[in-house]
Amino acid sequence: MKRLHIPTWLERQRYLLDFTLSSLGRRKGKNLALTALYAMVVFGLASVLMYTQALRGEAMRILEGAPDVVVQRMVAGRHDLIPADRVERLSRIRGVQEARGRLWGYYYDASAKANLTFLVPEKFWGKAGEVVIGEGVARTRLAAPGEPFPVLASDGSVVILKVRETVPSPSELVSTDLVLLSEPDFRRLFGVPPDLYTDIALTVPNEKEVPMVAAKIRGQMPDSRPITRAEIARTYEAILDWRSGLVVLVLAAALLSFGIVAWDKASGLSADERREIGILKAIGWDTSEVLAVKAWEGAVISLSAFLVGLLLAYVHVFVTSAPLLTPVLKGWSTLYPSFRLTPTLNPFLVSTLFLLTVVPYTVATVVPAWRAATTDPDAVMRS
Amino acid sequence: MIRLQDVRRVFHQGRPDELVAVDGVSLHIEGAKVTVLRGPSGSGKTSLLALVGCMARPTSGRIHVGDREVTSLPEHFLAEVRRRTFGFVFQQFHLVRGLTALENVMLPAYPLGGSRKALVIRAQGLLDRFGVGSRSRARADWLSGGEAQRVAIARALVNDPQVIVADEPTAHLDSKLSAGFMDLVAALRDEGRTVVIASHDPIVHDSTVVDRVVTMRDGRIVGEEP
Amino acid sequence: MILHPSVLALVGSALLVGALLVYSAFWGARIVQSWDLSSGSELQLALERRTHLISTLLGYVLVFGLASLFLFVFTADSLAPLFTGAMCAAGSLHASRYGYPTLLLQIGGFALAAIWLIVNRADSLGYDYPLVRFKYRFLLALTPVLLAETALRAAYFLDLKPEVITSCCGSLFGSGGRGFGSDLAGLPPSLAGGVFVALLLGAIGAGMVFRISGRGGWLLGALSALSLPVGLAAVVSWLSPYVYELPTHHCPFCLLQGEYHWIGYPLYAALLGGSLTGAGVGVLMPFRSIPSLDVELPAYQRRLAGWSVALLTGLGLLVGWIVATSHLRTS
Repeated sequence: MKRLHIPTWLERQRYLLDFTLSSLGRRKGKNLALTALYAMVVFGLASVLMYTQALRGEAMRILEGAPDVVVQRMVAGRHDLIPADRVERLSRIRGVQEARGRLWGYYYDASAKANLTFLVPEKFWGKAGEVVIGEGVARTRLAAPGEPFPVLASDGSVVILKVRETVPSPSELVSTDLVLLSEPDFRRLFGVPPDLYTDIALTVPNEKEVPMVAAKIRGQMPDSRPITRAEIARTYEAILDWRSGLVVLVLAAALLSFGIVAWDKASGLSADERREIGILKAIGWDTSEVLAVKAWEGAVISLSAFLVGLLLAYVHVFVTSAPLLTPVLKGWSTLYPSFRLTPTLNPFLVSTLFLLTVVPYTVATVVPAWRAATTDPDAVMRS
Repeated sequence: MIRLQDVRRVFHQGRPDELVAVDGVSLHIEGAKVTVLRGPSGSGKTSLLALVGCMARPTSGRIHVGDREVTSLPEHFLAEVRRRTFGFVFQQFHLVRGLTALENVMLPAYPLGGSRKALVIRAQGLLDRFGVGSRSRARADWLSGGEAQRVAIARALVNDPQVIVADEPTAHLDSKLSAGFMDLVAALRDEGRTVVIASHDPIVHDSTVVDRVVTMRDGRIVGEEP
Repeated sequence: MILHPSVLALVGSALLVGALLVYSAFWGARIVQSWDLSSGSELQLALERRTHLISTLLGYVLVFGLASLFLFVFTADSLAPLFTGAMCAAGSLHASRYGYPTLLLQIGGFALAAIWLIVNRADSLGYDYPLVRFKYRFLLALTPVLLAETALRAAYFLDLKPEVITSCCGSLFGSGGRGFGSDLAGLPPSLAGGVFVALLLGAIGAGMVFRISGRGGWLLGALSALSLPVGLAAVVSWLSPYVYELPTHHCPFCLLQGEYHWIGYPLYAALLGGSLTGAGVGVLMPFRSIPSLDVELPAYQRRLAGWSVALLTGLGLLVGWIVATSHLRTS
């Protein structure tokens, strides 16, 4: 007895699934409402996860090109310009292949109400008086190649530069607010004397020597702060994880109320449904078959809500650039209304979502389902 | 066929509202006969019927179905015995609303997992046999009382059970339909099936089809004829 | 504490599942205490009903356990950039002393839950609940293990501090270092591989003998139960260099990544499935003499043995294929 062979077992599951689907169909309103709510929860969580994963991917792409160590000078705990003679001293430290002074800074553009990043690249390919701008800058300033690019200099005069070209970008997040220019133009605009740099970038080919190099710099130049690439990466990670964790925590409240609704829906079986299970038990169904129907029901609802929620989140994040999340998660500059993220979808994200949504739903519904399934077979006769 | 020995069924045991529904009943129901349990409402005939039909376990006493002792079987074995040995017809027919007549007839066979095609043919055959074949695609809630009852009988027979158990089957039928029901019972008996009916309807227990009438009161058997 | 969404998912679901387990164990204890099949009392009926709930719950515990096992490794993997020196899951697990114990306990808990479900299935084959007391005593023993896993998992994530300097899988599972991982990696590869292949062939052989003649169930159980830990050790010390085609790379986690064609998934699935079904045959051996099971149980064991043989053979073929197609040259 109960010795089901695989074909019989499959056939039986097919009957039970058929019955489940027709039973869900008979209570369309209630089940659609539940599925919609469920899908919304999945949508919210999936959006956060996809968005942070994509931002992390962008950040990592930026870091790939970042220098191994950046040395800043600190004055009274604040970042200050660093003397040019230190480039020479730093390049003599063992393990350092090359040291290079960098010039960069921020500029608040009142007309676009945005912060721009001005940067002197290692080898600027334009002429003096020319700038190369990121796509975001081109969009907000409506500047095209060949057009003038007025900038308010630190002495109050207006310097008119010319747009040479806009930069193509592997990662939109970095170059979108970027303005590249020549060293003399930078020094003239911001009033930086020729013997000072913003900071100094070091190339350390052997990764294992980085901590040693950093320690030596701290010893030789007590007023300097070496920042390694690994530290920057860690900070990015921590900030992104922390922010998305915070949002997930907020959404957990939504999740909780969803669990309560699911519990309520499942335990507050309608009289009709209760009667139906009673009939099934009376005509020879067993508790395990009713439980199987309930499990199928949960699987169908979870799967459809999961797929709908995931699809909507995908569209939200990667097609429409997450309008609902941008203010919470990014909040860097107003320049990014239309930047596109590189789509990612991986088993890591899906299994996180699974544990965040399907587990609470199942836990909330399993006891009520069991209670319904163990209705006495003779209950319909007693009523 | 079915033997009950000193069977008791108690609800809310050990509490102030304790209720003894069946109180020490011993009974032998013979195979291929029609047996009627008669008595006023609350006499315990429905509870006894549930015990006979393996729908519930007695609080004490023993029940044998054929040579099998079913009293202490786990629920899923009891369910297996129930769906292979018994077919049930209920007072209000208890069809599942929203499903068609045909689907209702097929329901008891779902847990067995046989071929779907064969099942549809069998179910349609039963509906044809009881004259409601043309209504097979109609939803259960659109059937008339007489049609619903025939569909309920077809459903009871879909797993080809040896025993048909019916609880007040004529309560919602007029005299003509009730007499028609007894004709169906006769036909089932003639096929060699055992029929057990709980009813206080004279049309049932006075019918010539009935082989034996057991009278109950307060959970006990107070009379048997013949 | 790291406020990572996956960490929240892992800790939150572990707490929910832990609550389910405590609930199950409470009723399990009542069943062990008051079970009396001959009684038709309402308490007995209520207890019998609870058995349905508990087996359903344990089924979910198993599914969620498997999902969180994978997510745990994924999460450790994605946390790696937070720790100096960590390149993948191996390093982040090493960043707290609770990391590896959590992983091992998780695998152990999963195995025990799977065996419990096999016993539960066997119990449902008899008409008089033949294994009911054994099953619920087992549940009572299983619950603390799973709860300890929940506690360790939470402790691990609470204990993680991003500034910790840890090691990458190259040094952790390198044969030169010290500690559990390197000890595994330091096993002579030919020895670990040889023992594993011998065990695998032995278990497959015993499974076939059992399937045909119904004899040797104990041997099958013992061999396949052993093949789980030995198999995991052999993956680290012997098999993984063949996958990475680097004699010094022994990481058991990188196998799960796309660069290696996700080969770890079928590999670990076949190893877990094959060894646990085989071990289930052994666990059920003492119950063959119970009258209500004398026909059904051997048949069920045979089906389990069939699964075990199929999965272990699949594992053997996969391992053979990896070794045969690898460009790694062992001197």
